[in-house]
Amino acid sequence: MAAVQETVDRVRAIDVDAYKYGFVSAIESDVAPKGLNEGIVRFISAKKEEPEWLLAWRLDAYRRWLTMEEPKWARVDYPPIDFQDLHYFAAPKNAAGPRSLDDVDPELLRVYEKLGIPLVEQEILAGVEKPRVAVDAVFDSVSVATTFKAELAKAGVIFCSFSEAVHNHPELVKRYLGTVVPSTDNYYATLNSAVFSDGSFVYVPEGVRCPMELSTYFRINEKNTGQFERTLIIAEKGAYVSYLEGCTAPKRDENQLHAAVVELVALDDAEIKYSTVQNWYPGDAEGRGGIYNFVTKRGDCRGARSKISWTQVETGSAITWKYPSCILRGESSRGEFYSIAISNGRQQVDSGTKMIHLGRNTTSRIISKGVSAGRSQNTYRGQVSAHRLATGARNFTNCDSLLIGSECGAHTVPYIEAKNASAVIEHEATTSKVSEEQLFYCQQRGLSAEEATALIVNGFVRDVLQQLPMEFAVEAQKLIAISLEGSVG
Amino acid sequence: MLEVKDLHVSIHGKTILDGLSLAVKPGEVAAIMGPNGSGKSTLSYVIAGKPGYEVTSGEVLLDGENLLDLPADERARKGVFLAFQYPIEIPGVATMTFLKASLNAQRRGRGEADLTTPEFMRRVREASQRLKVDQEMLRRPLNVGFSGGEKKRIEILQMTLLNPRFAVLDETDSGLDIDALRIVSEGVNALRDPTRGFLVITHYQRLLDHIKPDVVHVMAKGRIVASGGPELALELEKNGYRDYAVEAA
Ligand SMILES: Nc1ncnc2c1ncn2[C@@H]1O[C@H](COP(=O)(O)OP(=O)(O)OP(=O)(O)O)[C@@H](O)[C@H]1O
Ligand SMILES: [Mg+2]
Repeated sequence: MAAVQETVDRVRAIDVDAYKYGFVSAIESDVAPKGLNEGIVRFISAKKEEPEWLLAWRLDAYRRWLTMEEPKWARVDYPPIDFQDLHYFAAPKNAAGPRSLDDVDPELLRVYEKLGIPLVEQEILAGVEKPRVAVDAVFDSVSVATTFKAELAKAGVIFCSFSEAVHNHPELVKRYLGTVVPSTDNYYATLNSAVFSDGSFVYVPEGVRCPMELSTYFRINEKNTGQFERTLIIAEKGAYVSYLEGCTAPKRDENQLHAAVVELVALDDAEIKYSTVQNWYPGDAEGRGGIYNFVTKRGDCRGARSKISWTQVETGSAITWKYPSCILRGESSRGEFYSIAISNGRQQVDSGTKMIHLGRNTTSRIISKGVSAGRSQNTYRGQVSAHRLATGARNFTNCDSLLIGSECGAHTVPYIEAKNASAVIEHEATTSKVSEEQLFYCQQRGLSAEEATALIVNGFVRDVLQQLPMEFAVEAQKLIAISLEGSVG
Repeated sequence: MLEVKDLHVSIHGKTILDGLSLAVKPGEVAAIMGPNGSGKSTLSYVIAGKPGYEVTSGEVLLDGENLLDLPADERARKGVFLAFQYPIEIPGVATMTFLKASLNAQRRGRGEADLTTPEFMRRVREASQRLKVDQEMLRRPLNVGFSGGEKKRIEILQMTLLNPRFAVLDETDSGLDIDALRIVSEGVNALRDPTRGFLVITHYQRLLDHIKPDVVHVMAKGRIVASGGPELALELEKNGYRDYAVEAA
């Protein structure tokens, strides 16, 4: 309730140019020369002082990538990307290697503070018990700080940057890396495997319920730099973890490439809840600039009764190509996908999920809410398949689209495949418009057209917002209003 | 005071209001009766500022200020309220959330601070008790799945909270059962005061038994064709509109 008021305040506070994270920070950095070749792959690996096996893995992926072609099946349209015209590595100077919070460049801390992500461990507000969140901050290609590490370690939880995990927990990285998204998986995932820089690593041991929310905050700052982060989360038997990812980038006229890979592994009775609030720079109203977000996210419900749930709020990026998926291998495992995808201006979103039912009695649930405004195109693309052995598999899909104005488009592309007769797959889809009648009704009560739209949209996405951890739901609600700025009137 | 002066309105080139004039003084309740399609709802929409109507000539003034140049939300913040003949559903938005958003939007429009949550809750509780609106209903999405009568009660609940200077009630009595008609009418009567004007659109005398009008206007074919005291409504109830514009036009 309060959030609606705040939403409205925020919307009021912004000027024509709504993206408030668009500033560039003057942080000195080490940048690899432009271009992609074996030398660059070796350079990145050497910068990170990686073991030989990892370099070999990268080179293997690189060679494979050279033989691959960019996928063309998504409903997105963009000029060819010159992969030789990008930097594949940029790291803030004075940020070599993981370190304690006290050592982090104060300038960087200020950047995160400005983004609303204070990298501090103690609560400043006396007497107010706020939920604590551990944060891993990734700036361009490297992780600059991870909070609450010591406290998490007491519970046996490992939460650190990917690079650090490679050094301190090589056996875990080696055992799980590429087992969910193989380095051969798809064009962008393969590219990521060759040049990934940093990201987060989470390991929750058997029977442990992670004592706080974990989150990673990605920031692209450097110009003409691709961001290729890699996240790996492992929940051992009976473990539970809730993880949130957030991201922003400065406003730039050029497009920037972001091609991440996220792998989740849930063993018997484990549960991983992965939430994303994606707010990359979307480009301006004419479609200049913005992030190309080509991301591969997949969770493997490897164990019996395991559960993986993806919740995403997608408001940013010029182009979004993203299908967080679940492989339901373990008997009675469960996959969930809750999505809010908002597009405005010239944004293009092609997003959805895959639920691959392999094990018996596996269940999945998909709730997708697409909101299109301006001249944007918003496609839900989803695949649900039940394997021959996945007897008793069940899926429920509900896919709703809301249109604001008459120049945008909403599309729904479901692929459904059942190879055994006992599988039950249900699909519902609706498309509606924010009607003149609704707007007028709200305005008659004193809400401005923008406030009214924010309210109606928040109502439309409510089922999904409720899936987000409380403190992020409020944030997401504000973000939705901001991204719809200028869509009415 | 609300004044409508020689108002001509058309939609898609078709004339709906054709030289309509009336005035509602502060403290006054004016009733409008008239056959289906005579333009009553259109008048209420044009007063409230619904887009899509072409005002070809005439004026609508609230306390001397021309409303026609203002968007609907500004008119609302100046104190114009419309209880809709057909209230609109807003899926996913809890009624309570909507009440708070609209109340605070209006307060801010007047340069006042937002209500604190306890104060807001107190007001809602009081108004909903008076109108016999179940608290449970306020948690449901606005108007979604509400019965016809429930929707009308929620309209009056909103009016009570928003405390307008001038309110149009468009067939608020339709869909109300006998008890609800009495409760809603009491809710309206409670708001009658020397500073506030009401325009009550209805087809039936029974509403006017509860909300006693000061003036009754008969509307036909987009204009006022007769005006009088409460007795005019009783006469209409007996004879219908045959003496009026239906033939006259
Ligand atoms: N959007 C529209 N497009 C075309 N005609 C319209 C539109 N809105 C109203 N009208 C017409 O204008 C006339 C007046 O309609 P209005 O709803 O104002 O009547 P009313 O007096 O409120 O009727 P009722 O007693 O049935 O509620 C009707 O003939 C109606 O069909
Ligand atoms: Mg009507």
